[in-house]
Amino acid sequence: MEQIIFIILSVLAVVGALAVIFSSNAVYSVLFLVLTFFAIAGHFILLNAQFLAIVNIIVYAGAIMVLFLFVIMLLNLNKDSEAPTPALARIAGAIAAGLLMVTIVGAFKGLSQGSDVALRGGEIGTVSRLGQVLFSDFLLPFEISSVLFLSAMIGAVMLGKKNLKDS
Amino acid sequence: MLNLVFLIPLLPLIGFVLLGVFGSKLPKFVSGAIACTTVLVSFLITLTLLGGVLSGSIVSETITYFDWINTDGIYLPMSFLIDPLSVWMMTIITGVGFLIHLYSAGYMSHDEGFARYFTFLNLFVFSMLMLVMGSNFVVMFAGWEGVGFCSYMLIGFWFKNTNYNNAAKKAFIMNRVGDLGFLIGMLLIFVKVGSLEYATVFGQAPLVFESGTTDIVVITLCLFVGAMGKSAQIPLYTWLPDAMAGPTPVSALIHAATMVTAGIYMIVRSNVLYTLAPFTQDFIMIIGLCTALFAATIGLVQNDIKKVLAYSTVSQLGYMFFALGLGAYTTGLFHVTTHAFFKALLFLGSGSVIHAMSGEQDIRSMGGLRKKLPITFLTFLIGTIAIAGIPPFAGFFSKDEILAYAYQRSPILWALGILGALMTTFYMFRMFFLTFFGEFRGTEHQRSHLHESPLIMTLPLMILSILSIAGGFLGVPHVLGGHNWFGHYLSGVAPVKELALDHSTEILLMSISVALVLVVIIIAYVIYVSKKQVPVSEGSTLTTPHRVLYNKYYIDELYDALFSKTLRWKSEWFYKLLEKGGIDSLVNGIGKGVQWSGKTLRMAQTGNISTYLFLMVLGIILLLIITGLLV
Amino acid sequence: MENLFSNTLDGYLFLASLLFAIGVLGILIRRNIIIIFMCVELMLSAVNLLLTAFSVHHNDPNGQVFVFFIMAVAAAEITIGLAILVMIYRNTGSVSIDSLKKLKW
Repeated sequence: MEQIIFIILSVLAVVGALAVIFSSNAVYSVLFLVLTFFAIAGHFILLNAQFLAIVNIIVYAGAIMVLFLFVIMLLNLNKDSEAPTPALARIAGAIAAGLLMVTIVGAFKGLSQGSDVALRGGEIGTVSRLGQVLFSDFLLPFEISSVLFLSAMIGAVMLGKKNLKDS
Repeated sequence: MLNLVFLIPLLPLIGFVLLGVFGSKLPKFVSGAIACTTVLVSFLITLTLLGGVLSGSIVSETITYFDWINTDGIYLPMSFLIDPLSVWMMTIITGVGFLIHLYSAGYMSHDEGFARYFTFLNLFVFSMLMLVMGSNFVVMFAGWEGVGFCSYMLIGFWFKNTNYNNAAKKAFIMNRVGDLGFLIGMLLIFVKVGSLEYATVFGQAPLVFESGTTDIVVITLCLFVGAMGKSAQIPLYTWLPDAMAGPTPVSALIHAATMVTAGIYMIVRSNVLYTLAPFTQDFIMIIGLCTALFAATIGLVQNDIKKVLAYSTVSQLGYMFFALGLGAYTTGLFHVTTHAFFKALLFLGSGSVIHAMSGEQDIRSMGGLRKKLPITFLTFLIGTIAIAGIPPFAGFFSKDEILAYAYQRSPILWALGILGALMTTFYMFRMFFLTFFGEFRGTEHQRSHLHESPLIMTLPLMILSILSIAGGFLGVPHVLGGHNWFGHYLSGVAPVKELALDHSTEILLMSISVALVLVVIIIAYVIYVSKKQVPVSEGSTLTTPHRVLYNKYYIDELYDALFSKTLRWKSEWFYKLLEKGGIDSLVNGIGKGVQWSGKTLRMAQTGNISTYLFLMVLGIILLLIITGLLV
Repeated sequence: MENLFSNTLDGYLFLASLLFAIGVLGILIRRNIIIIFMCVELMLSAVNLLLTAFSVHHNDPNGQVFVFFIMAVAAAEITIGLAILVMIYRNTGSVSIDSLKKLKW
């Protein structure tokens, strides 16, 4: 049962990812990316990491993708304005990406652990468990990440201003 | 008494620091007062020490203040040795030094570098005191270097004149050659004896060294090279005449009375070592005699009043080394003393003349000054008679003592010594007559400015002339009814050499020398006063011997050709071959290579981000493959 | 090999590598900066997935905390990145990376 779900979710994720890079309209790309993220969230649930699954949907599929859509809409980029990539570059890119994948898989091969991998984790992915770790061992990085957000916010506002001298 | 010893060098040092830091802001009067007072107080403390030595309460005291260097195997305390020799030198340095400070306050009163002048003069007194007071060779060497530095600064005092600067550099470099010898000698002593303390070295020396072995000869010769440089002996004497570029009181203090006698002090101090090396003693004797005669011949034809005195100083220093070479250490130091008095007097007198002549130094432009400068004239006359060696003036006793020892060794040496003394008499009286007798030969402008120097300048002259008259009585020989007091005074430090001549011979020798001196004075009088002969002016043709002498045997030119030119030639060769051909082309080649490769490689930067990304991915793949292969 | 298509660690390794490679492919063949950006997100997600899988495999919550932080950093990064993108569009009138060629000699 789980294996079937795994295969379905994997196919969804890979198809979605391919559609992201091959669709000519940027809005479609965003929507396919959302699909991929949902599939990955499904994988998280399969791994019994409920908290990450929720966060993935809220932050990635929700907030970030909406941001992408906003930008595309604001800049009016939804029509196909991209110059076609030369065939040679496409082939070279495909070869490079394929090579990379082969290399990564080859590099991981030594790590192969056999069959019964998943779901040994039990309860570690629950909100309470992660919360305990986050607010004990990782309290300082957690607090510092708030500073990161603040600076990101200020940076985005500064960059987004039309003319700094006018303000 | 002894607990004040540290003040003697410290006071001039304080003066140096005060003047060096605040000198430019203080009024001239205050600067001069600080400089003179510090040296005067040092002199007074030294006098108490002298009293202690004379009364016998001080024989030989070593006062240690702190450890300078104290490591495994090397122990160097900062300590002073107070014994008759060092106290005597301190008395001369602070006493004559004070008089010259006083004189300088008048002589330099119109100079803008007044405070700077006294700064270095005080530092000089400090260094010179360190030199004579130190109880080991290292403290002496520190003072030795200090006086060399002050000499350099004061020769080049008027640094806006390139010639003066060159003279200063020449003095410094020549001294450096000598200092190297001194340093090597010092280190050899340390290697052989294991200590540099006088007490240890001189105590151990007779045990460590056999008389006349190579070791001791090399050590003493190296030390003597240092003395050659400092005391201007052949072949390192050419800096001293050039050193007259400095202010005249500096010439009097540094280049006549004190610093140049440091070499003699050093040899007298290490007389134990020199007595063990007869070869070195003979060498010193020959060098001394040659220098005495050589410099005297040059002095015969010089026209610059200070140059004459400079060559006279070189010649007199030669006499002192002559005495040391004969083994008569106390006599050498006796001549140092009398020479300090009369040569300081002569230099200060010449300074007074130059002052009156508005800076003119050529005796051909002087003449007839005796009426305008009566005090200078009288004191200068006393100095001249003293150096000529007419009894009972100071020079007679010290010089005839040297000549007596020379006769004891060999009559030929005595004859050569007399020859030098006669030449000294001739050129001194030639200068004296040309300056003070006859008609005034300067410009009208100079004539109207002629004036006697103020009291602050004439007072030191008068004191020094009294000393020049009386100084000789310190060492009246037995034959004239004295006890050679000076020899006995120093007998604790340096042995008095036996004079085994019978009294009639001794008196005969003295009479001959005095008679010849008187004859020479008359000759000089006839030539320069009765016949009113004046040395020919620049540019006129001279007879060959005269020309050779006038150009100082072309020694400067010879050194220039031997050392400077060859060095410059070598430098040029290396410059062209190694510098231009080797190093420059290497450096430029590297530069050009980098430029070329940069120009070529920057083509790889297309600025296209997709290319960069593609290459980056390839790089990552490569890294992963390499990692995989390595694992 | 039989584990590659199952919910084992090998399966997640393969899936994550594939998603990562697809992201790289997108970066290499697309010219639109927004798409390239999305590909970067895709690659990050692939890494997240793998981290979670390993975390579960080792029964260690630290891996999941890391994923959480990666998401936080990614969110900040996207904010700034999109702001820069808007600036680029304003200045060059295009969102193609070929318009950014000034970074050269």
